[in-house]
Amino acid sequence: MNVIENNETGKALLQQVKRYNRWLLAGSMLTTLGVWEALVRLGKLPAFILPPPGLVVIRFWQVVWDGSLLRHLSITLLEVLLGLLCGSLLATVLGYLLAKSRLLERLLSPYLVASQAVPVVAIAPLLIIWFGSGIFSKVLICILIVFFPILVNTVVGLRAVPENLRDLMRSMRAGRWQMLRFLEIPAALPVFLGGLRVGATLSVIGAVVGEFVGADRGLGFLVNVGRGQYDTALVFVAIFTLVVLALILYGLVVLLERRYLLWMRN
Amino acid sequence: MMMASVKPVLEVRELAVTFPNGNGGLQAIENISFSVAPKEFLCVLGPSGCGKSTLLRVLAGLVPPTEGQVIFAPQRGSASLPRVGLVFQQANLMPWRTVLANITLPLELENADPLEARRRAEALIDLVGLQGFENSWPRDLSGGMAQRVALARALIQEPDLLLLDEPFGSLDALTREQMGAELLRIWQARCNTVIMVTHSIAEALLLSDRVLVFTPRPARVCLDLRVDLPRPRHEDMRYTPRFGELARCLRQAIG
Repeated sequence: MNVIENNETGKALLQQVKRYNRWLLAGSMLTTLGVWEALVRLGKLPAFILPPPGLVVIRFWQVVWDGSLLRHLSITLLEVLLGLLCGSLLATVLGYLLAKSRLLERLLSPYLVASQAVPVVAIAPLLIIWFGSGIFSKVLICILIVFFPILVNTVVGLRAVPENLRDLMRSMRAGRWQMLRFLEIPAALPVFLGGLRVGATLSVIGAVVGEFVGADRGLGFLVNVGRGQYDTALVFVAIFTLVVLALILYGLVVLLERRYLLWMRN
Repeated sequence: MMMASVKPVLEVRELAVTFPNGNGGLQAIENISFSVAPKEFLCVLGPSGCGKSTLLRVLAGLVPPTEGQVIFAPQRGSASLPRVGLVFQQANLMPWRTVLANITLPLELENADPLEARRRAEALIDLVGLQGFENSWPRDLSGGMAQRVALARALIQEPDLLLLDEPFGSLDALTREQMGAELLRIWQARCNTVIMVTHSIAEALLLSDRVLVFTPRPARVCLDLRVDLPRPRHEDMRYTPRFGELARCLRQAIG
């Protein structure tokens, strides 16, 4: 009886924590803002070093009203999504081939690992020189940065398909295409989506890196503009927008996981 | 000999299987010949690692024979490959499919009509006694229940040949006895031809018409015993004198 009671109080406690979760989050954000404001006032910091939260909000509304935020955001969003899409497609196809062929893996993996040893920031100027400062070079950078984690996860996911289930499919005379559709894709999906989750946030970083090196549009460009004009509030606005963008992309992949990995949930 | 007039479902002729390894290959099966009559329940008995499972894998088309032949005579008169239902020691369910979807899988691979597949799966769920679990995930099933799903999945194509590889090997003793009785009931209802690998003498005698005893690796048939216990069989037959005689006979053959 005692144990059962303990368990129930535990459950009740958990529910209470859940109910107050929202308030906890709001509370912690308010505290952060308070500390920020206090820092500005007590330290007598000028706005170009650290703008107070109020100024950032005003700047935010200004760029929303004149439409410039939306313009820069949509460019960055386009780069991020195109890069994520193309990068993950490429990585999935190549990952499938690598998982199937040890020979191909042995041939290509030195190059793949080497490509990861060079930071994207170092390659970005080259890509801008070759492909200009338009969207295309940014998408390429996103593809480069997204490619590797998704590739690795695809290979790991496909290699982990249980041999017993392969035998089962073979005994039912499943062809290669059926093997892929009924066994390999669903079995590798959890690990693959894990890779996509990482890739989604990395893609945002890729776009910003590209825009930093050379661009006339995008949120990364906006950060550069703000820095150049000592408009630090604008830098904050751009950074917060990037954070929200990355959070939304991450959340979308989590939603995909909820939808397709029902069987894994407790 | 009794069955000589009936055309066998399956004939295995001088089958040998050697797995390649560093020094000349590992011989799993030396030379096996036998045939199986329609609706026959055949058990293969032998010490662990003697090549029983290899035999089933050859019959299921998972391992090619090194020498000899396996000849199927499909009962439906079609010249196509035989339909084989395979149940492993582990249930091997797909964790991302519900019980119902696991059972319909073989029909989905054949592009069968989904409604028909569902209807047949529901009938099988009734047969194996899993009513109410249609939409459960495999992780929520006990070992015995999972194995029932595997059995239903193997039966849904109405296979010419049902291959069971120690299907109750991973279950506890009580569940195992219960599943044996269930299998007997299902076999009597569906009357498939069954080949079952086991290392339990009692299980072999209670279930089968005929028992083949294999020698330690490389496998050869050292005894082909007809089980003349009357049907329907039940657990109490374990304590009859005839059961004892047959059991002793098998015991000696295994050595």
